[in-house]
Amino acid sequence: MRMNALIRRVRDLRTRVAGRIALALAVALVAALVGRGLAQDKPAEAPAASAAAPAPKPDPGGTATGGIADVPAKEAGKPTLVEVADAVGHNKVSINVMWTLLTGFLVMFMQAGFALAETGFTRARNVAHTMMMNFMVYAIGMTGYWIMGFALQMGGLGAIGTMGGAGVLDHEFTISLFGKDFGLWGLKGFFLAGSTYDVAVFTLFLFQMVFMDTAATIPTGAMAERWKFSSFCIYGFFISMITYPLFANWVWGGGWLSQLGKNFGLGHGYVDFAGSSVVHMVGGVTALAGALVLGPRLGKYNKDGTPNPIPGHNIPMAILGCFILAFGWFGFNPGSTLAGTDLRIAVIAVNTMLASASGAIFAMCYMWLRYGKPDPSMAANGMLAGLVAITAPCAFVSSFWAFVIGAVAGVLVCWSVFFIERTFKVDDPVGAISVHGTCGAWGVVSLGIFADGTYGDGFNSVQGTVRGVLYGDGSQLIAQIIGPITNFVFIFGASYVFFKVLDAVLGMRVSAADELEGLDVPEMGAHGYPEVHGPSTIVRGLAGTAASWTPAVPAGATTAERSR
Amino acid sequence: MKKIEAIIKPFKLDEVKEALIGAGVVGMTISEVRGFGRQKGHTEMYRGGEYTIDFLPKMKVEVAVPDDRADTVIELIASAAKTGSIGDGKVFVSPLEDVVRIRTGEHGDSAL
Repeated sequence: MRMNALIRRVRDLRTRVAGRIALALAVALVAALVGRGLAQDKPAEAPAASAAAPAPKPDPGGTATGGIADVPAKEAGKPTLVEVADAVGHNKVSINVMWTLLTGFLVMFMQAGFALAETGFTRARNVAHTMMMNFMVYAIGMTGYWIMGFALQMGGLGAIGTMGGAGVLDHEFTISLFGKDFGLWGLKGFFLAGSTYDVAVFTLFLFQMVFMDTAATIPTGAMAERWKFSSFCIYGFFISMITYPLFANWVWGGGWLSQLGKNFGLGHGYVDFAGSSVVHMVGGVTALAGALVLGPRLGKYNKDGTPNPIPGHNIPMAILGCFILAFGWFGFNPGSTLAGTDLRIAVIAVNTMLASASGAIFAMCYMWLRYGKPDPSMAANGMLAGLVAITAPCAFVSSFWAFVIGAVAGVLVCWSVFFIERTFKVDDPVGAISVHGTCGAWGVVSLGIFADGTYGDGFNSVQGTVRGVLYGDGSQLIAQIIGPITNFVFIFGASYVFFKVLDAVLGMRVSAADELEGLDVPEMGAHGYPEVHGPSTIVRGLAGTAASWTPAVPAGATTAERSR
Repeated sequence: MKKIEAIIKPFKLDEVKEALIGAGVVGMTISEVRGFGRQKGHTEMYRGGEYTIDFLPKMKVEVAVPDDRADTVIELIASAAKTGSIGDGKVFVSPLEDVVRIRTGEHGDSAL
């Protein structure tokens, strides 16, 4: 009986609440109508009240907002020519800083894309471990880069052309060879302290930091499902503080590869617009060294050396990750102008998306024709391969060549995956070595072939626009070949030695027992999917409170039981 | 009493359930299981490599029925789960000694 009364009361209450909400809505509507009436009346009344000061006029169309009054001037509304020029200069730098920051934010989001792609392409029993590597590389890498990576990379850059700036990054360590200066690393900007406490430098730091982190997170895919987490943490500092910054200095920080043009007449020096080699090849080659030192996952190869496929546990997750990466690439490539006022960004953005399309189409068709089905994981690799390849030449080629560069990458990535897996016998669960290493190298070489001379006047302090061999500058191609060779020799050598030392000191690989069980519990202490792989915590929680738990009233119970 | 265990294709579960309910069966238990028969699984492709799936996902439906209903129920399951192609599954029938309804303590046919 008491139950029935309670139900009735609840029902009454509900009716009353609904009534009140209706009333409140009605009042609000009336108030809004009255308010609107008043607002429309006002302009008519105002002139009569005060004829001297005209009432403020709204600008719903947006054409009248912003004008001469907004130019900072001693005498408001009457700026001098110098004051106008100051405002224009400040606006230009503001647009460039805004653009660089916003595209940097897009690139930061690529970390999420990598996390999803790598975790989707690996097995369910390692998800917490794979995700955790992708997550912590952001924090660890950033810290290392702030401590000294940025200083080594950019400390000798000089003034940042598009951001005004005082040129406080002015100390490059150089050696003299053949009578020419070879810039090796920068020495300004440790901890962003001292004279580098500057808006232009901070903008550059954010943008370069997310690029470095993109490179740092690439090896976690190739080395997934067997890498000891403690060892990975040390690696996070190594790549962000040493290998990445050094190679990046040589290409982007005013170092010796960028000066090959000025010093030795090789085109515009080594040109890598947004990082096919600086970011992706560094990641891919580091991944190769790491995967070699680690060895393949247990069960990947049979005794006769033939590989077994180990399917990823979540294709939707991997495809979503791939899409997030493609979206982030709109920050990666167009942002590398470091200037929203450089309208070449339109060409760069379109080239970027076209190469991603042709990469996906050609990888899909290749797999379809050769193996009978359009493999989703290789199509995803194909899109990323196209993006990696277009990253270096995106600013220097026409849309047709962009499409071709992506298409070649789409097929190249398939060949590379099979070569690495079947011939080279290196286990790369997600295809990172092929996507980022192989196609990164193709990207910088393709620039030396297809750059069409419509952009890049004065790039790396060399007069004239950037041309590939098809457009009359064969020396550019030579520079574009020296770059990836240097990259491979230095990055592979340094990383291989580092991983070997790390293996001897700390151990690179988890125990076989942990690997077979899945790394989530032994390494992370928790399952990524507890209800699939572990005992259900929900059931345990119920068991603890069983004494006080009353069952739902069964259907066949008597009336007396029900009202109890 | 008989215990009937049917291994069927997962997408046939609804049809089997409807057929049994229509015939007056009041309860059943299902579980997701994996197994193979004479076909021994099948092959799939991943990144250009072929691999064999030995144990294919199936549904196991368990029903307990009085002896006189057993033949009807077996017939119903077999016809509802049939597609005519390889992998339709099997029905296993075994004698059932006793059944207890936990809430009331009833035994035998009345507990079904």
